[in-house]
Amino acid sequence: MTAALIQARDMTVSHPGADLPVLSHVSMGIQPREIVTVVGPNGSGKSTLVRALLGQVALTSGRVERARGLRIGYVPQRVHIERAMPMTVRRFLSLPTRVSDAQAAAVLERTGVPGLEQRQIAALSGGQFQRVLLARALLNDPQLLVLDEPTQGLDQPGIVAFYRLIEEVRQETGVAVLMVSHDLLVVMRASDRVICLNGHVCCEGTPQVVSAAPEYRALFGAEAQGTLALYRHHHDHDHDHVEEHVHGPDCGHHHHHREG
Amino acid sequence: MLDDFLIRALIAGLGLVLATGALGSFVVWRRMAYFGDSTSHAAILGVALSFAFSMPFYLGTLAVAVGMALLVAWLTGRGQGMDTVLGVIAHSALATGLLAASFIPGLRMNLDAFLFGDILAVTRSDLVWIWGGALAVLGLLVWRWQRLITASVNEELAVAAGINPKFERLILSLALAIVVAIAIRIVGALLISAMLIVPAAAARGFARTPEQMAGSATFIGALAVVCGLFASLRLDTPAGPSIIVVSAAIYAVSLVAYRK
Ligand SMILES: Nc1ncnc2c1ncn2[C@@H]1O[C@H](COP(=O)(O)OP(=O)(O)OP(=O)(O)O)[C@@H](O)[C@H]1O
Ligand SMILES: [Mg+2]
Repeated sequence: MTAALIQARDMTVSHPGADLPVLSHVSMGIQPREIVTVVGPNGSGKSTLVRALLGQVALTSGRVERARGLRIGYVPQRVHIERAMPMTVRRFLSLPTRVSDAQAAAVLERTGVPGLEQRQIAALSGGQFQRVLLARALLNDPQLLVLDEPTQGLDQPGIVAFYRLIEEVRQETGVAVLMVSHDLLVVMRASDRVICLNGHVCCEGTPQVVSAAPEYRALFGAEAQGTLALYRHHHDHDHDHVEEHVHGPDCGHHHHHREG
Repeated sequence: MLDDFLIRALIAGLGLVLATGALGSFVVWRRMAYFGDSTSHAAILGVALSFAFSMPFYLGTLAVAVGMALLVAWLTGRGQGMDTVLGVIAHSALATGLLAASFIPGLRMNLDAFLFGDILAVTRSDLVWIWGGALAVLGLLVWRWQRLITASVNEELAVAAGINPKFERLILSLALAIVVAIAIRIVGALLISAMLIVPAAAARGFARTPEQMAGSATFIGALAVVCGLFASLRLDTPAGPSIIVVSAAIYAVSLVAYRK
């Protein structure tokens, strides 16, 4: 196993004033070239996990190790841009590292918003802004993309194109991707590994493993049935991944997989 | 040529504007108006201390402004509300300064010059202080420019790019302390933050990028200094307030001309 780009060890995070930790004893890592998706209900701590990995929130215990000089392209779940600051899309793409006009034009083309350079950021639609954020994250050859609900506000073709783009970029540059998403069906198809979060890691593993896991089905109910159906025919034949099926605390249960 | 008090006043005002255009833009973008106001009011304590220990008042005001910025950073870091901390510290410092001034005979006579400014009385050595300080501020801002802009656009994006927003905030506080020290003779403690905010606010309507806004604010500030000084001469009005009134007029015109 190569060295992880980013690795959390037994990480616990509490927000000030709250008695229960938002995340308890989370351990996880991201390898180069890997697409990892975090799923979980609202308030389950997905954004907190992402922010803790990036060093944006303090840990109560545990630690996070980041590869030295790691270049991260980040798209937060919510970005507030101060309206008092005039800012064109072109200028925004050059923050904090300046890029050439050609690079800016190319990346906007890729994310489906060509020719937007001279528009004010504050005057963009929600979906356009989301695409510009993604474009900025893709610049400067990142080793890891961290995307918190990156498809929010995108139209349906936009969502499909988004996942295709991520896969393409990974093929080209070998970038690793950590993504938070609610598009369960697409996630299951687009990820190498899925982490199911609910204050702790409930279950994790390949999409096949997670979609069959009882914890996952307990969390997502009917929607999980859909993703399970997607994999049911695989599951009977594919037991290589069972050892990757890791259980978090409070998720103890008996394995229902037939031994192969 | 420097023998003419009007020329000296012009050079002093234009030197100050070199720093306030860019720094004032940050004050507007980051909503630091109250912080600027508080720092400049607190500087009166610095003036009193300088007189008491007979040192150049530039050093005393600089020391008090820096001390206040550090104290505010420390207290807000401990969970105190920014507004309250500023209000308490700045006004205590102002009151203490006024109290101290009443015991210092040399200052009691001259207090008005520091509250309302006395640009027509600047000496050659004042010019050295003012230009030295203004160039230091400009150098500081240019040196950190990309980081400062990124941290002002969005702190989360800045942190992910390896920028420390707390450090950048400290750089701005230091720049603000220097501006307060050099501006107190020119426009007076009561109007320093107007010198920062009004030209920048007027520039907002004309600008499409942060750089254009900083540049236009500098230009508008310079225009206000020149027009304000001549108005003060012709109409026999106090110079500092005249400069601010001209900037305010430019702001009003910008509102009408660029109403979108
Ligand atoms: N700054 C904060 N201060 C206090 N509590 C917070 C803060 N940020 C998040 N929380 C709490 O932490 C918990 C997890 O929040 P988080 O944003 O990580 O959830 P999430 O899984 O990303 O949810 P969503 O799907 O809605 O984005 C929530 O209960 C939330 O109320
Ligand atoms: Mg979230």
